[in-house]
Amino acid sequence: MVETAEEPEDPMANKGIGPVSEVTLGAEIDEAMAAEGKSIFETMCAACHKIDEKFIGPSPKGILKRRSPEWVMNMILNPEQMIKEDPVAKALFIEFNMSPMANQNLTEDQARKVLEYFRTLE
Amino acid sequence: MLTLTGLFVFSACKNGMKQNSGILNNQSAAQKVYVAPGEHDEYYAFFSGGFSGQVSVYGLPSGRLLKIIPVFSVDAEKGYGFNEETKPMLNTSFGFVPWDDAHHPELSQTNGIPDGRWLFINGNNTPRIAKLDLSTFETTEIIEIPNSGGNHSSPFTTENSEYVVAGTRFSVPFPQKDVAIGSYKDNFKGALSFIKLDEDGHMDIAFQVLVPGYDYDLAHSGKGKSHGWTFFTTYNSEQSHTLKEINASQNDKDFIAAVNWKKAEEYLAQGKAQDYPTEYLINRYDEHSHTSTSITRNSVKVLIPEECPGLIYYLPTPKSPHGVDVDPTGEYIVGNGKLSADLTVHSFDKMMTAIANEAFEETIDGIPVLKFEEVLAGTVSSGGLGPLHTEFDADGNAYTTFFISSEVVKWKVGSWEVLDRAPCYYSVGHLMIPGGDSKKPWGKYLVALNKITKDRYLPTGPEMNHSAQLYDISGDKMEMLLDFPTVGEPHYGQGIAADVIKNRSKKIYPLNDNTHPHNIKSEAEARVERDGDVVRIYMTSIRSHFAPDNIEGIKVGDKVYVHLTNLEQDWDTPHGLSIMGARNAELLVMPGQTETLYWEPQKPGVYPFYCTDFCSALHQEMQGYIRVSEATSDIKLSWSLGESI
Ligand code: HEC
Ligand SMILES: [Cu+2]
Repeated sequence: MVETAEEPEDPMANKGIGPVSEVTLGAEIDEAMAAEGKSIFETMCAACHKIDEKFIGPSPKGILKRRSPEWVMNMILNPEQMIKEDPVAKALFIEFNMSPMANQNLTEDQARKVLEYFRTLE
Repeated sequence: MLTLTGLFVFSACKNGMKQNSGILNNQSAAQKVYVAPGEHDEYYAFFSGGFSGQVSVYGLPSGRLLKIIPVFSVDAEKGYGFNEETKPMLNTSFGFVPWDDAHHPELSQTNGIPDGRWLFINGNNTPRIAKLDLSTFETTEIIEIPNSGGNHSSPFTTENSEYVVAGTRFSVPFPQKDVAIGSYKDNFKGALSFIKLDEDGHMDIAFQVLVPGYDYDLAHSGKGKSHGWTFFTTYNSEQSHTLKEINASQNDKDFIAAVNWKKAEEYLAQGKAQDYPTEYLINRYDEHSHTSTSITRNSVKVLIPEECPGLIYYLPTPKSPHGVDVDPTGEYIVGNGKLSADLTVHSFDKMMTAIANEAFEETIDGIPVLKFEEVLAGTVSSGGLGPLHTEFDADGNAYTTFFISSEVVKWKVGSWEVLDRAPCYYSVGHLMIPGGDSKKPWGKYLVALNKITKDRYLPTGPEMNHSAQLYDISGDKMEMLLDFPTVGEPHYGQGIAADVIKNRSKKIYPLNDNTHPHNIKSEAEARVERDGDVVRIYMTSIRSHFAPDNIEGIKVGDKVYVHLTNLEQDWDTPHGLSIMGARNAELLVMPGQTETLYWEPQKPGVYPFYCTDFCSALHQEMQGYIRVSEATSDIKLSWSLGESI
């Protein structure tokens, strides 16, 4: 049997595992960046993530209230290791029927733009 | 000759048994070919599939099969020649030809060294040359060779892959026409074709040299000082057209033809070439549009030796020479006289002197025949029988295969002294040393590619895969390390240090670069369109669903094109697609690629379709349905994913 990983106390303190250790979010949302992020999301991610409903993966709506920005970027850039080793991602993987979050080979810059787009989805 | 052949093969078998029990130091051989799990081989080896029409890729020294690349034959496994995108690759002036006989893989070169960009290979039967891109391991171009039959002396490259060549093995009426076979001597001619590569690597025929109607068997281009020349062996200088087994083996000597292609370029520039009407196709696959297109050419430039002095010479060479191999320095041209015991080695320097001195025996159709003694550098007398091919190591040694006596003989270039010999199991044809026909052989290993298998492996009925043997040639004595079966007929091979290729190998096709005319880049664009009886399904795949996965409104008699774009962007995440009852193969679509399955539904019903490439824990769920109704039905075209239509 697969054991359910326990959630750490403060998920917002969890930065995940991967190349990103520090993200600084601007006070205001950078609209140009967010627009680019949206278009990346639509080709690379929308086959599994819908904004208004749970689909193959969770809806990214309000994700920055649940997860740290670093964790989100590491989930995008390093999903294989995340779902194996990060307790939160591991739990999600089990919750989502063991359908794996796909590595779409985004650059860090592209992932950052998607993150900016996620900020608009409150 | 026939009885002799039988006899020697038999005795080779008997020696074989003896060799097997004892002499080999099994443990050290096993260690030398052991590549630990997860580790990589040191060399890539590319073997032709012969009558399979494909290329197989092996790792050396392990002998592990890495991949089979479809080239001249349709391949249901990969959908090659079945999907709409690759069908044009097999177009010829005769229409769609789904098979060929693939003989000689040849790596592209820069400065005489294999550079890992492309692999060329010839199709013998309906003369063609294919080019494989070694960043994707896909066939990306196939050119047809006109005025040719049995395209065997092909596709050997020049030092910087300026050209690959194609000599006709079977002379044919030139240009083709309906004549009596008995008029061979009047009507049949040979063509030596030079295929030029432009800056984008696209192939086209620069010119053909019209030569007497002999059989042009093998070729190699000069290197270093002999760069600018290409050598072709001939047999059947008797010009017989029946019972060739006897009739083409009458003359004591045939020829090696030496073509000065730099001179040919001068004649072309002077407008000396004649335009011969003909028809040939060039098929090109584009890695961004993921589609291929055919171009038709209607004439070819022909150079005629009588009108072009200095273009071509014949070097008399004993006993129906098969392989012609140029040593790494470019000085020695080895003729492997297959019906003889000895090898004849010509000297390039002596050839140039003989040409300057006009030391000619005679002239045939404008081609001066150089005096044998004036070009001869030496003879290798090894006692072996039936020499076929020679390759070289990095230390000035040559290795020649002997078909009849079933062995490889190692000899010294220059002194012609025999250094070692090793038996092969059985009846070796070509051999391959990584870089062994280039200016800078890697050496180290030698692979014997054998024609007969018999008792080497567990029996598999009357037909068996051909055997190959790997030898360590780093020491004074050749040591056999491994014996492994190959796919089809491993006619010839090429080897290259793994590092040259492995870091250039692509992992995905970026979706952003996909310019397929029927691609879609997101599920939001997934749809079905009807135009008369043509229905186009624009579909995507990602782990683990298709969009759309429920489709209704298709009718019997429709011509359905399923354009599947794989939205994955991770290494090794292909998805397959197959539809019940479709008289076609599957699609196997790489990440970021679009491929099209053509389907003519025949009966009303509901047809499952599914993913054929195990893609995730939910792969079994990657499935959908297509409803097919009577031609007269008025069911509306509709589609969906995750909800009812
Ligand atoms: C093949 C389907 C698939 C694709 C494509 C995909 N994801 Fe996911 N994603 C998932 C699944 C499923 C999960 C839940 C974790 C798991 O099962 O591995 C997930 C989880 C996530 C999470 C964590 C969500 C949370 O609530 O914590 C983020 C963030 C995410 N994905 C972002 C992306 C982005 C950005 C892309 C595009 C670059 C993308 N995903 C592409 C399937 C996918
Ligand atoms: Cu699949």
